[in-house]
Amino acid sequence: MIQIRDLHKSYEMGHNSLHVLKGLHLDIEEGEFVSIMGSSGSGKSTLLNILGILDDYDRGTYYLGGKLIQGLNETKAALTRNEMIGFIFQSFNLISFKNAMENVALPLYYQKISRKKRNQIALEYLDRLGLKEWAHHLPSELSGGQKQRVAIARALISQPRIILADEPTGALDSATSLEVMEILKEINDQGKTVILVTHEHDIAAMTKKIIKLKDGVIEEVIKNGELLAFKNRVSTE
Amino acid sequence: MFDLDRWNEIWNALAKNKVRSLLTAFGVFWGIFMLIVMAGAGKGLQNGVTQGTAKFAANSAFFWSEQTGEPYKGFKRGRYWHMDSEDIQFLKDNIPEIEYITPRNFTGRWGGGSNVIRGKKNGSFNVKGDYPDYIKIDPATILNGRWINELDIRDKRKVCVIGEKVFESMFDPKENPIGEYLKISGVYYQVIGVVRAETTININGRTEESICLPFTTMLQTYNMGNTVNFMAITAKRGVPVSIVEERVKELIKKKHVIAPEDLQALNSVNIEKEFEQMNGLFLGIQILTWIVGIGTLLAGVIGVSNIMLVIIKERTKEIGVQRAIGATPRMIISQIMLESVVLTTVSGYLGLSIGVGLLELVNKVMENSPTPTNDRVFFTNPSVSLTVALSSLFVLVLAGLLAGLIPASRAMQIKPIDALREE
Ligand SMILES: Nc1ncnc2c1ncn2[C@@H]1O[C@H](COP(=O)(O)OP(=O)(O)OP(=O)(O)O)[C@@H](O)[C@H]1O
Ligand SMILES: [Mg+2]
Repeated sequence: MIQIRDLHKSYEMGHNSLHVLKGLHLDIEEGEFVSIMGSSGSGKSTLLNILGILDDYDRGTYYLGGKLIQGLNETKAALTRNEMIGFIFQSFNLISFKNAMENVALPLYYQKISRKKRNQIALEYLDRLGLKEWAHHLPSELSGGQKQRVAIARALISQPRIILADEPTGALDSATSLEVMEILKEINDQGKTVILVTHEHDIAAMTKKIIKLKDGVIEEVIKNGELLAFKNRVSTE
Repeated sequence: MFDLDRWNEIWNALAKNKVRSLLTAFGVFWGIFMLIVMAGAGKGLQNGVTQGTAKFAANSAFFWSEQTGEPYKGFKRGRYWHMDSEDIQFLKDNIPEIEYITPRNFTGRWGGGSNVIRGKKNGSFNVKGDYPDYIKIDPATILNGRWINELDIRDKRKVCVIGEKVFESMFDPKENPIGEYLKISGVYYQVIGVVRAETTININGRTEESICLPFTTMLQTYNMGNTVNFMAITAKRGVPVSIVEERVKELIKKKHVIAPEDLQALNSVNIEKEFEQMNGLFLGIQILTWIVGIGTLLAGVIGVSNIMLVIIKERTKEIGVQRAIGATPRMIISQIMLESVVLTTVSGYLGLSIGVGLLELVNKVMENSPTPTNDRVFFTNPSVSLTVALSSLFVLVLAGLLAGLIPASRAMQIKPIDALREE
């Protein structure tokens, strides 16, 4: 699904350049449930943004679903995002003047699906996430957990193959975080690839694979079978 | 473009910032409104004035004598003099460019009291002495009967042509005045015609309130000798009347021993020149209207652009999110452009309609106001042409696009990644 070779990315700031990703290799198969960890500033968000074609990279190659993602123009990038990728953000990023249903339906608007149809689909998704009664509420009338569930519904509605989530539980309390993780796990069980960035080991431990970033490269990959050992290790740390 | 969703999106975005949308809209509204009202008022003034003068022979000039302004050949300055009947033939013979030349004499209504009597009715009117050709220079509509002819002149007939107002006050509305007699300053004249002026220019009193006698009759009954008070000429086609005007002055001054440099003794009005000045004035008014109108409109448009820019800044995150979840740049651009166009066009259209409505209202009020039939106002039918209205609408859409251009390109510079980054 995802194949990254020798990926480099640096940020230019005036005369300084900050080399964030330094020749990173990464393979993620279809249907995986992956978390990316690493200290603050290690480049997790940077990597996720490149995966989501929100940002471009300087060197190396990135294949998504067998297609080389390189130097796409904005229109192509937008279309690919709409078709392949669902985003979930730490701060939800719902549109404040649209109600829950309209927010969820938005990606279908860009696919030029009729209003009636997309609202109906949006209601189905909200129902699946237990938010049917909240469909006509504005984001400002929802709790953090509810907002994130709306955002998840929005990420799912275009039936993408990959869900990218940057600290989806970062703004939520632990009980709500668990709920959200349960939902993501279900999504993954239905066959979608889920990649999330997190700081919390508990959260990471609920995924099937942990990628640890350090100094711009992958320091360690912990697979499903080793998770228990990983859990033990972090608990003694 | 005509997809309901798109309009819904636009409505949402504008309605969310009601106050700002309204303020912006008002700028454009006001710009167009002012443009229309000013253009209409200018047109009204022009209509009024040109309607009042259009019929006047444009290549005509008028002369009358005053006291001399310079001493000359033994004569002191301030001498009284007058033109005479011989001058007319003399000018005709010496200036071939003259088409028509007619003298006109008058007696005023000064001295008070009424000078015209018919049975129990009496009135006070200007009395003028005219030649048949006069009506070719200063046209009048003959409502009844006829104008003065050559026989009247030759035989010094005691006949008169009366203005519409004279008829109204000296006769009953249903009466036929032709053949009736009026006693003017003690002498009876038979009425041969009733006229209505076609111009608002008046020479020694309005034609409506005047009584015209044959010129020769007037000379005789009023003991005027061969004095000519006033003279009207027109130049032949293709000859500027100014040239004829100068020639006339030159010859008359020479004939009456007046200093060639005397500017005061023989006074004149040249309609051609007056027209030119008037046209220049109207052109000036028009240009000013458009400059001010377009300036105001431009300010409105810049306002829209500015507001849109602020909105874009505020909506950076929203636009970023939209981009992240699949909105193409084209969708975003067209959205912003359409918002801008809608804002300017709707408000501009309102300004246009209300401006035109106001002009219509003024028209109605003016039409219905009980002005006396021939008291023409120098302001008629203020209006804007369909072309002006349509082109300003076109300008509006263009302006809206223009106003949206900068904000849209600004929005395009927002990368989704930048928009989504946490502060
Ligand atoms: N647009 C940018 N311009 C300049 N520097 C940037 C930009 N984005 C990120 N960086 C820098 O790149 C480095 C990696 O940033 P990134 O956001 O990927 O870190 P992260 O691993 O997500 O950290 P965190 O856990 O705090 O979210 C940081 O040092 C950050 O300051
Ligand atoms: Mg981050």
